[in-house]
Amino acid sequence: MLRPRIIPCLLVKGGGLVKTLRFGPGKYVGDPLNAVRIFNEKEVDELILVDIDATVAGQEPNLQLIKHLATECRMPLCYGGGVRSVDMLERIVQLGVEKVALSAAAVQTPALISAAAERVGSQTVVVVMDVKKAGMLRCWEVFTHNGTRKTGLDPVSFACQVEQAGAGEIVLNNIDRDGEMKGYDLDLIRQVREAVHLPLTVLGGAGSLADIEALIREFGIIGAAAGSLFVFKGVYRAVLINYPTRQEKDALLARAGFGDL
Amino acid sequence: MITLVSYGLGNVQAFANIYRRLNIPVQIAQTVDELATAERIILPGVGAFDWAMTRLEASGLRPCLDDLVLEQRRPVLGVCVGMQMMARHSDEGQLPGLGWIDAEVRRFDAGRFTQKTHLPHMGWNDVVPRRADGLFQDMSSPRFYFLHSYYFAPAREEDTLAVTDYYGPFTSAVGVGNIYGTQFHPEKSHQWGIQLLRNFAELA
Repeated sequence: MLRPRIIPCLLVKGGGLVKTLRFGPGKYVGDPLNAVRIFNEKEVDELILVDIDATVAGQEPNLQLIKHLATECRMPLCYGGGVRSVDMLERIVQLGVEKVALSAAAVQTPALISAAAERVGSQTVVVVMDVKKAGMLRCWEVFTHNGTRKTGLDPVSFACQVEQAGAGEIVLNNIDRDGEMKGYDLDLIRQVREAVHLPLTVLGGAGSLADIEALIREFGIIGAAAGSLFVFKGVYRAVLINYPTRQEKDALLARAGFGDL
Repeated sequence: MITLVSYGLGNVQAFANIYRRLNIPVQIAQTVDELATAERIILPGVGAFDWAMTRLEASGLRPCLDDLVLEQRRPVLGVCVGMQMMARHSDEGQLPGLGWIDAEVRRFDAGRFTQKTHLPHMGWNDVVPRRADGLFQDMSSPRFYFLHSYYFAPAREEDTLAVTDYYGPFTSAVGVGNIYGTQFHPEKSHQWGIQLLRNFAELA
């Protein structure tokens, strides 16, 4: 039986790992290669790595860093940040990355999604939607450039467009909950989940394994991603990379309805 | 010695790392000279079917590979699209496959899905081997990472080595003589993947 995925999400800035709060300036939490090695030992389901400098600074992805991390990773890796062309996406796949995420570039040029899927296959192309409530009516809206640029796009209709264009996965990232560790916004997730058949991974808000369990109980097959939860420990947010053991994970999935695994 | 076919696709370094950690000699072959002496071959693959076939043909390695696999009968393991390329044809592309195994690659039919998430089949799933030897020796309840929307359908049922359930069973590992394939990614599947790669290196 296919299992839901529990996925640490690492943010890279200036070559180091950071963790942000509502997309604000990040707190330094360590070295990416070291983190990947620890997550190898912990047998994580999958990793997401996002370079939060690249698009904002107009930089190309750091291919050297991606190569080192992809080589070290003994689990599937999704990379995002600064990918603006099919050629760049292809180069990153050739470095040994299983999935490449588009965000700002996909918003500006949705045809890029189709062109990428044709070259490297749908399963390799991920679209990250950073969303927050905006405007007088506090409606959900897609943002780019680390949450600084409005797009005028509604997450549900953009998700449908992304699916039509041939993406293989959507990562729904809730800016308002980033780093808050108070739980996922299940209502937002429900809206997007109802709209598409693509694998959906959600990020933003997870503060405990109970939050992940609640997510899986409601949505079944889903990607439960988290940043803070897997890099901080305790109320003082001491940096400590952590992840449930296989037994803890299987028990969590059983409680959430995947009992006959 | 394991030889990893490097034609610009797939994570050869991840395979190489695992074999180095296991102290099993490994080399990466980019040229015919490097490939010609291969004893055991891994053909990785990521991406769309036609793109992968095009890259393999452009690498100039195809005639040498055909000879090693079909004439010299060296053990070969195709992974993901590397497995799919061993079939005659794929629904995903127009180009013919390598045709090493009498099989077709088909798209999962949308009618089979009963839950919200359909394709790609993405994540960790159980692999049920038909026999507990060969590639699947010394493994209990193996699970592996999958990432695909098309599946390998061998013409002969006995060519299936293992099945996986995704709204119905499909062939997740295949074996015909010296030719093996896995739809899942052993190089990204922690201890089960490491064991499978070790088993491939030790196949009699």
